[in-house]
Amino acid sequence: MPDRTRLRIVLAEDAALLREGLVGILQQAGHEVVASVADADALGVIAASRQPDLVITDIRMPPTHTDEGLRAAVRLRREHPGIAILLLSAYVAEAYVTDLLDSTAEQGHAGIGYLLKDRVGRVQDLLDSIDRVAAGGTVVDPDVVRQLLARRRNDGPLAALTGREREVLALMAEGYTNPTIADRLVVSEAAVRKHVGNIFAKLDLAPDSDRRVSAVLTYLRDGRA
Amino acid sequence: MNRSPDAWSAVRDRPWRFVTSMWPWRSLLYLGSTVPIGIAALVVLVVMIGIGLVTAILVIGVLLLAAVPLVTTVIAEAERARLHLVLPSSGTTERATLQERLTGWRRLPMSWSEIGYAALLATVLWVVDAIVLIMAVATPLVLITSPLLMNVTTDERVDLLGWRIDTVDEAWPAVAVGVLALGVAAYVVTAVASGQAALTRIVLDSSEERLASAVTDLRRSRAGLVDAFEIERRRIERDLHDGAQQRLVALTMSLGQAELALEDGPARDLVVRSHTLAEEALADLRTTVRGIHPQVLTDHGLAAAVHELADRSAIPVDTELLLPGRLPAPVEATAYFVVSEALTNIARHADARSAQVQAWVAGDLLTVTIVDDGRGGADPERGTGLAGLVARVEAIDGDLRIISPSGGPTQVRMTCPIAHD
Repeated sequence: MPDRTRLRIVLAEDAALLREGLVGILQQAGHEVVASVADADALGVIAASRQPDLVITDIRMPPTHTDEGLRAAVRLRREHPGIAILLLSAYVAEAYVTDLLDSTAEQGHAGIGYLLKDRVGRVQDLLDSIDRVAAGGTVVDPDVVRQLLARRRNDGPLAALTGREREVLALMAEGYTNPTIADRLVVSEAAVRKHVGNIFAKLDLAPDSDRRVSAVLTYLRDGRA
Repeated sequence: MNRSPDAWSAVRDRPWRFVTSMWPWRSLLYLGSTVPIGIAALVVLVVMIGIGLVTAILVIGVLLLAAVPLVTTVIAEAERARLHLVLPSSGTTERATLQERLTGWRRLPMSWSEIGYAALLATVLWVVDAIVLIMAVATPLVLITSPLLMNVTTDERVDLLGWRIDTVDEAWPAVAVGVLALGVAAYVVTAVASGQAALTRIVLDSSEERLASAVTDLRRSRAGLVDAFEIERRRIERDLHDGAQQRLVALTMSLGQAELALEDGPARDLVVRSHTLAEEALADLRTTVRGIHPQVLTDHGLAAAVHELADRSAIPVDTELLLPGRLPAPVEATAYFVVSEALTNIARHADARSAQVQAWVAGDLLTVTIVDDGRGGADPERGTGLAGLVARVEAIDGDLRIISPSGGPTQVRMTCPIAHD
């Protein structure tokens, strides 16, 4: 098992089997699960008092089984912007992505991620995503990215991008760094940097903003046709 | 002995059998109970209408007047129940129970026959019945008991219908006449009761009424079935989600952990293969759940669920959904099912390159269209899938049309009211 930063994590998941499974995976990976709770209210209280590095929460939890986890996450983001958040969802819903984007719109936030629950079985992917989010990255499930890409309108700002630039942007949305993107696309890192520069230019992103995040957000927003 | 099916056939039976049967007594009870019910109906209706008219200028009066059909429904229901006394075979038609009719009264058409019958009962029927009862019961009773009455009354005589009995000798023949009158009274009471029951049945339980109530019942039971199916589908979805799906996810997690823990080798290969199989099982299960009643539909409504369907479709699907918030659950479920089935059909049979799903609400009508650029020729008469769709849409008072000329394109168009009650 590779060395990773030991993270202090609060976990919220109402299904006991999943919760225990996740705790097992996180502990095996060397993380500290500060608390694992079964509902969103408990998450809010415990995350506020324990100040973990990362909160992992299911979106759909009791009592109404709709989006308690998401709302708790949005609240947490507002009150404790330093805590990274990884959301788990059973399905891709635009409403979730919208709320997620709204909650990340401000600068200087900690990392945020949105993964489908199917992903938790891919333990290595899950752990990598956790690391990227904890490091301040934005990670969106590849499936979500693919589906949003399919929904993309032809008249949005992304229309100006070439196919290659879109591929690069999609990988950025998944939270990958330039070297990894270069590996993935089997091109040089310099080429990736050139594409990224072109993307920033075409999307007209202000140089003083976190352009990488803004590009991803534009990408995801535009995807929501 | 109750060998006759109802009071009127008992009347036509042999006299001895008739007078010893239960029918005269049941008829007596029928007429006897008309009187208090009629008086009560009169008082309630007069008070309600009176106060209602006086205070009609205020809202309360209008409400009172509006509640009159409610009261007449209760009266009519009591009358239908009372029919069993003399017409035990009546009211076998299935109809909404009183409680259902009262809770759903705003949806049901106002029954003028019930109002009319209540008015008749309150003004005429109970008066007639009271007179008949007094004549038919009092006359024979007084005659039969006249020897005793002679001693009780102060002036030692009995006057009845112009016949004066003032000696005990005269009283004994009166007893005989009284017994005879008792027999006649049994006939009179039963005949009047039968007549009134027949009238009640014609007014309150006519074939048109029965037909109308049967139609109401059918609509109700059909809507009930749709709701029941919907609840059942959600239950199945929940059971799968909370049960098998969680276990499979937990299984893939364990296998994923095992993969990381194991060194390369045959054991790890087996675990990797098991992991793949478990993920495939999970994917299959999700596909099944998606066909039943997906969570996203419950949580976020039709537009989000259709977007997800479109995303997962094998061919590109354009969506244009102009839907105001959430729609009634049965409508959402049915529309989702229609889109889901239509897209499946397109992917399987239409040989299409792309499809379009549009949905909008105009007034209180939802319209959903699914159009492809395939080869057409879809026929609801042949495949059970399309016919099943039609039946499901009709169950929510909607309409499903499939226009599919040979050579294409195929258009599936569903319309249905979004406030269906």
